[in-house]
Amino acid sequence: MAHVADKSKEQSRTDYLIEEYGYDDHFHEHDHGDKYKSGFINHYIFSQDHKMIAKQFLITGMIWAIIAAFMSIIFRMQLGFPETSMAWVKPLLGKWITLNDEGFGVLSPDFYYALVTIHGTILVFFVLTAGLSGTFSNLLIPLQVGARDMASPFMNMLSYWFFFMAGLVMFISLFVGTGPFSGGWVAYPPLSALPEASMGSGVGMTLWLVSLTLFVVSVLLGGINYITTVLNLRTKGMGMWRMPLTIWAFFLTAIIGLLSFPVVVSGFLLLMADRILGTSFYLNEIFVGGHALEYAGGSPILYQHLFWFLGHPEVYIIILPSMGLVSEVLSVHSRKPIFGYKAMVFSMMAIGFLSFIVWAHHMFMSGINPFIANFFVVFTLIIAVPSAVKVFNWITTIFRGSIRYNSASMFAVGFVSMFISGGLTGIYLGNSTIDIQMHDTYFVVAHFHIVMGVAAFFGMFAGIYHWFPKMYGRFMNETLGKIHFWGTMIGAYCIFWPMHYLGIAGVPRRYYSFDVFQTFAHFSTMNKFITVAAILTFFVQILFVVNFFRSIWKGRKVTERNPWKANTLEWTTPIHAGHGNWPGKLPTVQRWAYDYYNNEDGTDFNPQIEPLKEGEADIH
Amino acid sequence: MDTTNGHTVKPYLQSKIHPLKFALWVGIGSILMVFASLTSAYVVRQASGNWIEFVMPKAFYISTALIILSSVLLHLSYLAFKREEERPYKNYLLGAGILGVGFLIFQYQGWLTMMEYGLPLRTNASGDFTYILSWLHAGHVLGGLLAIAISILVAFSIPFKVTASRKLRLELVLTYWHFVDILWIYLLLFFILQ
Repeated sequence: MAHVADKSKEQSRTDYLIEEYGYDDHFHEHDHGDKYKSGFINHYIFSQDHKMIAKQFLITGMIWAIIAAFMSIIFRMQLGFPETSMAWVKPLLGKWITLNDEGFGVLSPDFYYALVTIHGTILVFFVLTAGLSGTFSNLLIPLQVGARDMASPFMNMLSYWFFFMAGLVMFISLFVGTGPFSGGWVAYPPLSALPEASMGSGVGMTLWLVSLTLFVVSVLLGGINYITTVLNLRTKGMGMWRMPLTIWAFFLTAIIGLLSFPVVVSGFLLLMADRILGTSFYLNEIFVGGHALEYAGGSPILYQHLFWFLGHPEVYIIILPSMGLVSEVLSVHSRKPIFGYKAMVFSMMAIGFLSFIVWAHHMFMSGINPFIANFFVVFTLIIAVPSAVKVFNWITTIFRGSIRYNSASMFAVGFVSMFISGGLTGIYLGNSTIDIQMHDTYFVVAHFHIVMGVAAFFGMFAGIYHWFPKMYGRFMNETLGKIHFWGTMIGAYCIFWPMHYLGIAGVPRRYYSFDVFQTFAHFSTMNKFITVAAILTFFVQILFVVNFFRSIWKGRKVTERNPWKANTLEWTTPIHAGHGNWPGKLPTVQRWAYDYYNNEDGTDFNPQIEPLKEGEADIH
Repeated sequence: MDTTNGHTVKPYLQSKIHPLKFALWVGIGSILMVFASLTSAYVVRQASGNWIEFVMPKAFYISTALIILSSVLLHLSYLAFKREEERPYKNYLLGAGILGVGFLIFQYQGWLTMMEYGLPLRTNASGDFTYILSWLHAGHVLGGLLAIAISILVAFSIPFKVTASRKLRLELVLTYWHFVDILWIYLLLFFILQ
């Protein structure tokens, strides 16, 4: 009973603080009830409430993640067990599996390339950009800065629907007769510029370009909103240096996105001109079947510059939101202030800035001048400095903390582990000389999957487990969550760790089969091991999906507003907050987001709405 | 600012600039990145040779004059709106719209002249870049013209009244229109100087 009394005491304290110190914007007079909840369509489909849009981004992202992960299972089957019949996927893939007289099914090489290409495109853009940044920027920016909604809820809704349309076009491209685009997720010309270059270069590539262009529109509409909301709609007292690190991360991510995505649009525009109008921006003198095509004087390297000017910052667009989520989760669950708050912000700024001047490290093998390569090597390696600062700060944040071992905090620690493992191999690849050996091998695949694929997913999982109570008013199942964590942690290392050895031995990525290479024959056992690990890890993710949807309806109910005893503003809203987030006044902020220490009354946290105590110093 | 139900919601704002105006500036920043990257690509491509030099068609200079004048008229219209002078507000607005259409007509004329030079699309990257950049700019001008058309429709169809939301909308259109104007001047100078 005492526990229940404590809870209500705490809730009434929150109500009192908002009523006493809050900013009255007359919202409750204006908006009796929730006018946006009027109908099913406006509430669930064309919603303008940032919390609902966040859920839309998340669930759409999850669906895409399952599709993309399943694709990887199929191509991993081909790599690990090329001698096994693939007839079992014929019902799904149809003509892409050819059966011989004995009923033995072989995956079409063209479709193998399509699978690899679309797997990359979906995960980089649809899952780890829209599904991650779209979800958490939408959910947390207004809630944590103390705003009723985004600066333009309508544009925010458009952002989701452009993403949805991008997904729809990509989905359609999976079913066209010649297959989806198959020239790699980077879409280098001439494979992407000449419709006759490969099966997927025709309609498949056209749909790919349309899809990605719609996607960029979505990112820009979202980003404009995120930046404006953070800069203009923060509640009273929420200075920039009082913002949680999540908000800093989303804010910087949006800035990077707005500066880099338009550049890839330029790249796509010239690509479309080459494809549709017959210009020669990227196409040089090309002979097909002994006949010269009419192109002259173009440079495929120009596309690489434009693409990687987005492509590299994109890596940080993916990882920064995870860094923000992890910082918050680690601080809350180890009951300690984040270590080196300003160093965290400045290192994110440094990473953001450096991300714009390192793009050519993806092009060391494209024949660029070695002296220019040196410039890019130096700045690439310098990124290790702010990254190391962040890792140091995460470790010192949890050091000697009262750590709660739950799914959220475990995934957050897992993120740090993955970020270190994957980051270290980046130092090898960033050297232009070592890159001559490593380029386009499985070493690269291992590096980027660990550092931006798995790590970003870990940050996303930490965020989902932590903020699920805010999204649905229920908890996710902890036991399943922990099985999910250990399965994913061990599984992911089993998949990607061996790939480093393959890469050092020179095994090239993107190959359909290694049958004719005697040199690589002894790696077939390792390839089998990787495939088995991938399949098992995939099933562990299904467990997560089941846990997620089951918990929406059946999860343990949240009974208090602030179940994690966190400081940030989202936990001062009602458990099921309506559109507008706070039913009465807007809360005002009295302190920074990380005042976790033992108080005299036995509590160990001080919410941002709690006024400074007598004699207490204002940290920011 | 929403004024339904007779109450005014006053969000707490950290800065004096209206969020939507700020959002427009951020959007302008990302449009600038498209043009900055395309003009960089132009420079890179030009440096690798096989590049035909040509003189800018005269029509482009006329169109430049028109779009500058259109910007000036829109600004005058905005000033008149603030002074609550209905007549000049409407006339200048209409004038700005007409001159904007004039800009596109002369751009079209410029493209025709380039073809007459013997530089139709696919001849050389120099011409192709000029087409792509000016088409993309024309697309942005079309967006601006649509906004001006809506402003004209509003100006002539509902009773004249200076309200905060109408002033804001006019300011948004004005900012964007000045932007596409300056963007074209940048592009023209870039074409001439490169």
